Amino acid sequence: MLYIKCPYCGLRAQKEFSYGGDATVKRPNINEEVPSEDWDNFVYMRKSPRGKHIELWQHIAGCRQWIKVQRDTATHEIFQTAKVTEEIR
Amino acid sequence: MQKYSVFSLIKNAFSNHQNWEVAWKDPTPKSEYDVVIIGGGGHGLATAYYLAKEHNIRNVAIIEKGWIGGGNVGRNTTIIRSNFMYDANARFNEFGMDLWRNLSQELNFNVMFSPRGIINLAHSDAQMNAYARRGNSMRLNGIDAKLLDREEVKKLIPMADFSDEVRFPIFGGLMQPSAGTARHDAVAWGYARQADDMGVDIIQHCEVTGFDVVNGKIKGIRTSRGDIKAKKVGLCVAGSTNILAEKLNMTLPIETHVLQACVSEPVKPLLDGVVTFGAGHFYISQSDKGEMVMGGDLDGYNSYAQRGNLPTIQHVLTGGLALFPFLSRLKMLRTWGGIMDMSMDGSPIIDKTHIEGLYLNCGWCYGGFKSTPVSGWTFAHTIAQDQVHELNSELRLNRFSTGHLLDEKGLGTKTWIG
Repeated sequence: MLYIKCPYCGLRAQKEFSYGGDATVKRPNINEEVPSEDWDNFVYMRKSPRGKHIELWQHIAGCRQWIKVQRDTATHEIFQTAKVTEEIR
Repeated sequence: MQKYSVFSLIKNAFSNHQNWEVAWKDPTPKSEYDVVIIGGGGHGLATAYYLAKEHNIRNVAIIEKGWIGGGNVGRNTTIIRSNFMYDANARFNEFGMDLWRNLSQELNFNVMFSPRGIINLAHSDAQMNAYARRGNSMRLNGIDAKLLDREEVKKLIPMADFSDEVRFPIFGGLMQPSAGTARHDAVAWGYARQADDMGVDIIQHCEVTGFDVVNGKIKGIRTSRGDIKAKKVGLCVAGSTNILAEKLNMTLPIETHVLQACVSEPVKPLLDGVVTFGAGHFYISQSDKGEMVMGGDLDGYNSYAQRGNLPTIQHVLTGGLALFPFLSRLKMLRTWGGIMDMSMDGSPIIDKTHIEGLYLNCGWCYGGFKSTPVSGWTFAHTIAQDQVHELNSELRLNRFSTGHLLDEKGLGTKTWIG
């Protein structure tokens, strides 16, 4: 069981959360002309690193907020969590 | 090579089975090969075998970080099927079914291919309609499909919950009678033994640390056991694809996730084929040893750990209990995990890359084992001829930018949901 520290609710079990994928993927700016390659990268291409990974989770059975989690994809160790508006370095 | 038969078995019994030849050698890597296959799993071994057998390319090495049979080829739930709706997936896997049917004879190794059928259960009228459509598509591609009503399902799996108070009643199901299971280890060992016999070097405990690419052309690889020159390199590393892609400055439409499976203690034969639950993600079959082999969802987050967490096992088995209440009285023998190369449309990629001489085989999601022979067969063709075969002509990397996706389940890019 993973234990994730929700920035709003504190430490909670993994079962209360649902996963939202890589948090570093940036949506292209829709008010500009966007090359189709940029859309491909946004929609399909993923680094999927082995090691530290910043990802989105939603506290779906709690406060229902989206949060950012920095986690090791090889060991499942969680280093940091943050509100979705905050940066993880 | 020593032929395996009842006579060789009797002959070796006289010497207490002490004088069997080694099944494959343990060579030191040469400095140069025509083709290097990275990844000694089922697909890599099959690729090397078909390169040697179909294309007479025998100066081949397989580079494996771990050992033969230690990765996903030894961790899957051994299901073989071709019950796909889309033409590209159906033709590809039905060609594979033909390879499976003759594999034990071809490899002189009993892979225990056992076509006992797979039943996908439906729990609503809408699901029955969807299965009728899929079954019709399969039959148009020459694949056997049979739509079963509730009574027909009951005859085949009477131990399932057919009571009135069940939350997801069984309406019927779609069956592929020619689907089945095989012994996964034997597939790896059989391919390894034949490939080795035809001159392929199987190099275990050798990690790839980098690539030599000059002017957009592959020249060789760097490994923990020295540099190896190669005219062509094939990547066949499933869940480790992104790690090697990063060394090549490539980004792929792949995420790596952990998938768990489990087996119960062995019991007497009660379940003939493979059954999948239609109201949750759960499938089950019974091994020849009597263990109930079960699996279901991914853990649901990016992971390179070959182990998962208990909440997923609990969730999957909750679905299992809803379908087969008798499971509640079985003890669990063991659980384990393997890392899946989840592609963004749920279908694999077997293609050339923008680097000349570098070929890619990945994106197998949950279902790499069933495609082991056909994946090796088509990948060997792609490498030897430097062009894709008709069978993998729609399994190309550029389909994600051209929009020709093979989203069999129509689930979009959330790989951890599909």
